[in-house]
Amino acid sequence: MARVPVQFTLNGEERAEFIESGTTLLHALRDTMGDTSPKGGCQQGTCGACSVIVDGELRLSCLTLAQTCEGAAIETTAGLAAGGVLHPLQRAIMDGFAAQCGFCTPGMIMAAKALLDHTPNPTREDVIEAISGNVCRCTGYEPIIAAVLAAARSNSQNAG
Amino acid sequence: MSLSLQTFSTVKDASAALRSGGARYLGGGTLVVRAVNEGDISVTGYVRATDPALSSIDHADGRVRIGASVTMATIARRRDLGDVVRAAKAVGGPAIRNMATVGGNLHAPAPYGDFAVALLALDVTVHFTDRDMPMADFIAGNGTPSGHDIVTAVSFAVPPAGSFRFLKVSRVKPKGVSVLSIATLIDTDGAGAVQTARIALGCMAERPMRAAAAERALVGSRLTREGIAAAVAAIGEGTDPITDPIASAWYRAEVLPVHFRRLLLG
Amino acid sequence: MEIRKEYFADERQDDLHEIGQSRPRSDLPGHVTGKTNYFADRTFPGLTHLKMVRSPHHHANIRSIDTSEAEKHPGVIRVLTAKDVPHNVYTILILIQVGPEDETVLADRKVSWKGQAVVAVVATSERAAQEAAAKVRIDYEVLPAVFDMLEALKPDAPEVNEHHPGNYYHYDSGDHRKVRFGDIDAGFAMADHILEQTYHSSPIEQAPAETTGCIVTPDGNDRFTCYTNTQAMFFTLDNTSIILQMPGHKLHMVGGTVGGGFGGKVDVIVEPIAILAAKLTNRPVSFIYSREEEMQISSPRAAETIILRDGVMNDGRLVARKVTGYTDAGAFSRHSPYGAQKGAAHYPGPYTVPNVWIDTYCVYTNRTPSSAMRGFGVTIADFALEVQMDKLARLIGMDPLEFRFINAYRDGDIKAHRQPTEGAALIECMQEASRVANWPVAEKYMAMSSRGREA
Repeated sequence: MARVPVQFTLNGEERAEFIESGTTLLHALRDTMGDTSPKGGCQQGTCGACSVIVDGELRLSCLTLAQTCEGAAIETTAGLAAGGVLHPLQRAIMDGFAAQCGFCTPGMIMAAKALLDHTPNPTREDVIEAISGNVCRCTGYEPIIAAVLAAARSNSQNAG
Repeated sequence: MSLSLQTFSTVKDASAALRSGGARYLGGGTLVVRAVNEGDISVTGYVRATDPALSSIDHADGRVRIGASVTMATIARRRDLGDVVRAAKAVGGPAIRNMATVGGNLHAPAPYGDFAVALLALDVTVHFTDRDMPMADFIAGNGTPSGHDIVTAVSFAVPPAGSFRFLKVSRVKPKGVSVLSIATLIDTDGAGAVQTARIALGCMAERPMRAAAAERALVGSRLTREGIAAAVAAIGEGTDPITDPIASAWYRAEVLPVHFRRLLLG
Repeated sequence: MEIRKEYFADERQDDLHEIGQSRPRSDLPGHVTGKTNYFADRTFPGLTHLKMVRSPHHHANIRSIDTSEAEKHPGVIRVLTAKDVPHNVYTILILIQVGPEDETVLADRKVSWKGQAVVAVVATSERAAQEAAAKVRIDYEVLPAVFDMLEALKPDAPEVNEHHPGNYYHYDSGDHRKVRFGDIDAGFAMADHILEQTYHSSPIEQAPAETTGCIVTPDGNDRFTCYTNTQAMFFTLDNTSIILQMPGHKLHMVGGTVGGGFGGKVDVIVEPIAILAAKLTNRPVSFIYSREEEMQISSPRAAETIILRDGVMNDGRLVARKVTGYTDAGAFSRHSPYGAQKGAAHYPGPYTVPNVWIDTYCVYTNRTPSSAMRGFGVTIADFALEVQMDKLARLIGMDPLEFRFINAYRDGDIKAHRQPTEGAALIECMQEASRVANWPVAEKYMAMSSRGREA
């Protein structure tokens, strides 16, 4: 099988690995790079559990080939608590009980982070739109929306 | 067998690579990688082209040319494209819009391909490396491109403000898969009478289709409840809606006139 | 959230240390950092992948199975058929003496639903397993199929499952579960009005975010570790032990972290065959449902048909309730005989009715086997009962909430199952709902109590 090199930064760290050509970013991250925070929920672009941020944009890692991310900066939930300090989104989800089974949570956090990175003070409608590609089956949307809004507030307080 | 990805700098070379069969052209991945993930073993490899022209938008003299690799998110950010951005925003969630391309949307089978419905109403020209064809011919498969021909761009006249309308109906809010979508391009004269009308429908057949009878019924009418009655009555003519887990053909046929009326009066 | 402490204040202590206090969830730090270990978050050297060849027919005899081309496919390690399974016919609830065994791990002579597992292919990659699965040749003789429960119960209906003649579950009470209370005929005879309505529901998929699956590693000494997202660890352990004819101490089941279940992960489906594959190949084996399999193959909530016949007085008293309930098990029992029985135990709902007649049937059809889902046997019953209550209230021109106050069960009432009611709180819930929803009811209803009846 054709193995090819890929090189990108994962949560700020330079990574270079050999993968099988045509491997999805999801499989490359989970099976080769040891980052299992993105989850494979549907493999068809419907559930959002595999969401990661590639060069500042939210992507579905299950439908992205790893080779197309050559040289990119990739962010996942596993890299969010830099230096052991939880990101405001992580803190707000814990405080607001905005996770139950937890399977959708890492993807949900990436979708919310992609929003807050571009829109630090989102409206409720902005939040709903931002997580509209992420399915939660324990039906926790309301606590999740509240947590994202709470994280945005705590972010702006920190900045102020 | 490994599904290797071959990357080419030109569309011509990518097209040549597709000739051997089995490999599929990779745009945003939302159709082809999905098919592979779901076990479609007829796909034996991926081919892509990285020509920057595929990712550019050129807007001059009232016409815009959008490269086939341009994503829905990029279109959604273009204020100079007027209400066309509504159709791009209607596709998927944020991650899908960051990936899904114009070229891919042209090939998306119902219930996907909402943006292609808008393109049909906009009467776009579909560009290949060596020829152009009207969207209607592209959809009908007339002079059809064989599997290895790659769409490079679409181009169209940017509609005047207020002339283009788009509606995607889905059951999950704010986003969900289409029950149906409707795009209209309507010119009215100074007195408010319809001069020309192009109406395109999604999910009302396997591919986007024109509602020719409703278009004819609309010309000369005013966009009032009474004025559009004949067009609303004719909107289902010639449709053969799909049945899928989102909705039955019966349901789609029943709600089409309701949504069409709302779009015209809204 | 708001807690109304004025209700049952004398039955509750408010100085407890834990109950009533908000506490952090112990699993949340793992969830928000992506560190929680779901079964599939493990990688093993030499991991192989299992893909299932499934029946494309709703009902068919299997004439022959040819796996020779699949076995030769590059990457294929082993192809499994029914003859490889030590105890191929099982049923989950045999553990609590709900038999007979009626389901195949891999079909041998016949398939009874579209999607039934027939051949398992184990290969070094998912792709190789998919390609090889496409090369398995199965010759079917297609049989007539039945999808409607009432059709299935007719004498000339196709036999769905040889272990269930007549296409219904044979309870010790006969062809259905039954409850008899009071005199149903007398109840209907005295009623001012009788309303009979039929309610239908479709199967409902639990659709957990994480699909059903497991990864198995051979640990040497013929012992296996199975990382699974089952909701029913001990059902899985014991049934696997039966199917593989392997003592339980050879099976090390690791689980407890489930990416959503809602009842969809209580069946024992992926683990036995994956453990068998690991045993026969001596390689780690991953068997994970695709999203399509999760939606089409895993058991949904059963379809139900419920016929409610009620006798009601003009003053609002329900005097007779006759229920005939049908639960669609699909092709195999799984948890549905229990679901149908739960239905019988749940009717006539949270109301005190003096004359009750309940029959519930568990019926076999050529549909996807159904099983557990949040309140199975009860949820659809409640849908039917409460729609019926609204219709009855309308029939006698009464407010639907007041109608429910009149019939609500209270402590001390004898239920249709001969059990005295204890700890009822329906009256108080409705009183609060009336306030919160701004749906006023007459003062006499606001003065009622679940603890007893007014003089």
